[in-house]
Amino acid sequence: MSSLVSMTNGFVLAIEDLTVSFDGFKAVDALNMYIDQNELRVVIGPNGAGKTTVLDLICGKTKSTSGTIKFMDKELTDMAEHEIVRAGVGRKFQTPSIYENLTVDQNLEISYPRGRNVFKSLTFKRTEEVDAQVKKIAAEIMLTDFLGMEAALLSHGQKQWLEIGMLLMQDPKLLMLDEPVAGMSAKERDDTADLLRKISANRSVLVIEHDMEFVKKIADKVTVLHQGKILAEGSMEKVQADEKVIEVYLGH
Amino acid sequence: MNTIANRLLGGKEGTLGLVLLAALILIVLPLGLDVFRLNLAGKYLTYAFVAVSLVLLWGNGGILSLGQGIFFGLGGYAMAMFMKLEASDPVATAIQTTPGIPDFMDWNQLTEIPLFWIPFESLTLTIIAVLTVPALFAYIIGYAMFKRRVGGVYFAIITQAIALILTILIVGQQGYTGGVNGITDLKTVLGWDTRTDSAKYVLYYLNAVLLFGVIFLSRYILTSKFGMILLAMRDKEERVRFSGYDVSNYKIFVFCLAAMISAIGGAMFTLQVGFMSASFIGIVPSIEMVIFCAVGGRASLIGAIYGTLLVNYGKTFFSETYPELWLFLMGGLFIAVVMFFPDGLAGIYNKYKHKFTLLTKFIGSDTDADAKATEIKGVKA
Repeated sequence: MSSLVSMTNGFVLAIEDLTVSFDGFKAVDALNMYIDQNELRVVIGPNGAGKTTVLDLICGKTKSTSGTIKFMDKELTDMAEHEIVRAGVGRKFQTPSIYENLTVDQNLEISYPRGRNVFKSLTFKRTEEVDAQVKKIAAEIMLTDFLGMEAALLSHGQKQWLEIGMLLMQDPKLLMLDEPVAGMSAKERDDTADLLRKISANRSVLVIEHDMEFVKKIADKVTVLHQGKILAEGSMEKVQADEKVIEVYLGH
Repeated sequence: MNTIANRLLGGKEGTLGLVLLAALILIVLPLGLDVFRLNLAGKYLTYAFVAVSLVLLWGNGGILSLGQGIFFGLGGYAMAMFMKLEASDPVATAIQTTPGIPDFMDWNQLTEIPLFWIPFESLTLTIIAVLTVPALFAYIIGYAMFKRRVGGVYFAIITQAIALILTILIVGQQGYTGGVNGITDLKTVLGWDTRTDSAKYVLYYLNAVLLFGVIFLSRYILTSKFGMILLAMRDKEERVRFSGYDVSNYKIFVFCLAAMISAIGGAMFTLQVGFMSASFIGIVPSIEMVIFCAVGGRASLIGAIYGTLLVNYGKTFFSETYPELWLFLMGGLFIAVVMFFPDGLAGIYNKYKHKFTLLTKFIGSDTDADAKATEIKGVKA
């Protein structure tokens, strides 16, 4: 693909020539990646391939050395984290990152995208609209019965869902999930797969995952990263048949 | 409107705590103590402003400032400068080389009032300065630190350093600040003598009313979305940032607010005690104020006030009877709180409160309101 592709628009996210170097070590090396509207993309690859770093670069946690990240025609590389979130990018971290000392309900309310500046937060009122949104999302993430519970008391899988729910409250156009089914039971994995399918109906989703069964269930398209570069990209069948992929990642 | 009132009172439990505190401060202490002891209690209650500010900043926001004495001192100095200028009229200072300027300036060969002292000839400007100068100073520190994401122990150390620097500056610039003696011989406010017994009662009550005002303000803030974000920030700062909030702005705001509250305490200290010196700014007083807050329970507004009173009474009692023991006791107290009662007095109360609630059941209960009030953890008492 040439860099002309991004000019044609249509992509929600266009990453071009993205490089980040930590003391000379290139964790991500001249990466090009394009994500369509409503696409569910899964990124796989061995440990240290740079998967999490790519997410860090997109959401602004890590600053790139060179290259561009265009999100719906906005350049993300020079924006602050909270500005990127406000532009419509949501990020779930590898370990559940929720407010353990608040209730499930408060966790969701705090993620509602209004009253975000200091003075507005002082006068923010929880309207029926906010209430309805909290209830709707709670139902989607299967936590309706736990709204009043302190988040610390949830099971590990429920914490993962809660964090996804917190992102859904923001109604992002691009949702990035770092190993969403890590530590989940088989039943929880199936429920999460259904949830992600539902979520991606009207937004793009970028998932990092190791569990190949799960990847098969959800992915529209798979990108294999190796040493900061793309090794292969395409449908799950195509990637699984790729000899280079089998050699470095999937095993013989 | 009803819900706002409920938020300020904190449901039945919060109201009870407030009523008990009000009874103690407004009735029991003034009736039970002579004027000298009451004035002492008033002095302690000026420290309570700082303890309350630390509940917001540290207990809820997770930002430990070991330099709240800076803001207490700035507020106190602003008020002291006003009172000193009023006490230095040409008649009272006729024996000086230059009559009409504060005595320490005369001793330091100054012949006119420095420019930055001029605004303090006006009480209105002084009150504005008490509220804005410390907040502005906090804004500068906060902006420089929090925008660069300096936090935790580094922030605490930097606030200590600033407290030390400010102390050295004030002590060194004797002609402008009164040096190590501070600003003394303060007598009147707009001609009203603050040293009389009746004035002491008036100032004590003014202090108490302001303190309750600050508690209501703090409760409003802690029960708003802002308060929830403070707690969230204390727990998972990164998540807050990735929920679309500019975390540094929240930290700067709460730091400025804490500075303003501390400064009110400082100004009331000067009014009640009659002097202000650099010994209230430095590292030791700043850390003592953190101990007041920790003993009371760092997340509890009302607990912080009891903590302040308790530690200071302990200090007075022991330094009157066993002066050499006090510092060891203070150190021991801090260790004990950290190791055994991390939530201070408020934590002990919350642990045993079911015994209290058994009692209150006979008076009639409304557990719904209680549950609402305690919904946001940390605003319990």
